Amino acid sequence: MNTQAPVLQLKDIRKNFDAVVAIENFSLDIYPGEIVALVGDNGAGKSTLIKIVSGVYGPSSGTITIEGETVAMSSATMARSHGIEVVYQDLALADQQTVYMNMFLGRELTNGIGLLDRKTMISETEKLVKELDVRIPSAHATIRDLSGGQRQGVAIARATRWAKKLILLDEPTAALGVAETAKVEEIVQSLKSRNIGVLIISHSLDQVFKLSDRICVLRRGKQIGIRRTAETNKNEIVSMITGVN
Amino acid sequence: MSSAPSNAANPAMSMISRINIQQYVVYVGFLAIFLFFAIVLKDSGFLTVRNLSNIVLQTAPITIMAIGMVFVLSAGEIDLSIGSTVAVAALAAAVTMNAYGMIAGIAAGIGAGVAIGLVNGLLVAYVRLPSFLVTLATLGLFAGVARSLTNLRSIPVTDSMFTGFFGSGSLLGIPSLIWWTVIAIAAGHLIFRETRFGAHVLATGDNARAASVSGIPVPRIRLAVLVISGALAGLAGLLYAGRLQAAKYTLGETDLMTVIAAVIVGGTLLNGGKGSIVGALVGSLMMGMLNNGLILMGLSVSDQMIVRGLIILAAVAVSLREKLR
Repeated sequence: MNTQAPVLQLKDIRKNFDAVVAIENFSLDIYPGEIVALVGDNGAGKSTLIKIVSGVYGPSSGTITIEGETVAMSSATMARSHGIEVVYQDLALADQQTVYMNMFLGRELTNGIGLLDRKTMISETEKLVKELDVRIPSAHATIRDLSGGQRQGVAIARATRWAKKLILLDEPTAALGVAETAKVEEIVQSLKSRNIGVLIISHSLDQVFKLSDRICVLRRGKQIGIRRTAETNKNEIVSMITGVN
Repeated sequence: MSSAPSNAANPAMSMISRINIQQYVVYVGFLAIFLFFAIVLKDSGFLTVRNLSNIVLQTAPITIMAIGMVFVLSAGEIDLSIGSTVAVAALAAAVTMNAYGMIAGIAAGIGAGVAIGLVNGLLVAYVRLPSFLVTLATLGLFAGVARSLTNLRSIPVTDSMFTGFFGSGSLLGIPSLIWWTVIAIAAGHLIFRETRFGAHVLATGDNARAASVSGIPVPRIRLAVLVISGALAGLAGLLYAGRLQAAKYTLGETDLMTVIAAVIVGGTLLNGGKGSIVGALVGSLMMGMLNNGLILMGLSVSDQMIVRGLIILAAVAVSLREKLR
């Protein structure tokens, strides 16, 4: 299938909070240009897993390997330095700042004398939103003045700007209307051509089947299985999620 | 989303929508008040160069403190303790200067401001106590310190180099207080608008969680803005001591509300994420002009307070209307 090395390998990941086991025996490889969907009921451990991959939690045991190199990630900053970007459910945008300042939030570009290089930040932002077809009035627009879909577009564009290996999308369309969801799905699809891996959490099976190459099912912290999207159907996935045949 | 492309297709429209009317309220208000006094008080000496430059000189400490307040409010915090920091810094400077000379005095004054800023900042940033309560407490605490420091006595400041530098002196024909104002505003504006630190202050006040997951050291930003505010309140204390040639525990006591009003009228949001140094300058000049004009109009002190309160209320209401959208 994929001749390239995986961008991310999770092996035997286990996470417990004292006596409570949140994730056990979780293994998953994600390849460049691939979209993997992570599905499961509420409380199945999806969020915990996202937090492990994004560096918010360290796993209790197991290894995380990025392009062949085993890494220890103990903070979101470290995950970012490994080329992993997260698009959070609640966006993590600064509402009263401009699109371009959000694009470079915490990683602002400066010129030779340490002053903000707005010109480059603006032109890079314009280039990227155009490439991804995120339709915003301008790079100068204030986030607050944008629609939910536009904001999510900006958040994904930001992740794309910085991700070298992997983008994690946590329910990227949960708060969006029909048309906006379709637009965001289009943007997610276009990430495949950028040769980075995408791990998406979604409650919508329609969306999962539309976007993903593979589907990984979690139930009560256990990995039930991984299916190639083209070789499975909704009934199978639903029964894997619920445990009912 | 459907309307966005048409907007982008029309650059002139998007230019106009980018201009925010509220941002200019302070300038319009400033001009209106200026014109009002210029007409009403034209025979009372309001428009003389001497009176106008007096307004700028008297406003210098307010302007300096307002710069610090822009940083603090933009980061989503508040600093109420400046009201007593001014007096502590002025007294510390005066006492130290009389014993050890000018340089030591200046260091003591600024140092007192920085120390108070550090106390506030450490409690707010690392103990995570709300800045409103922390600085309300330190406002009272250091008001007490200022009173006990010299047993309510006023301390003379006689070092002529100091009073020249921070008070009545001038350079190239321009009074030193104006130099201080210009330099502080220019530096403040540059740091606030054009550096990563300024951007991080705004991001912290706008959405601390987003700032944090983006790698911005939010606690350090909170600490920094409160230290900046303390240091600038210390500088304001030096300016008072230099101009009045004395330090007293009452210095700066009534400045807190003036500073906050000047900053808010100048377009800085009370709950963070948006601020303007130039707006704060115009806001504090407006406050100074109001003071001056109402006195020249012959209003009694109580009437002055009422009129000033009403005008501040109106200005704040207009500049905050944007929030209600």
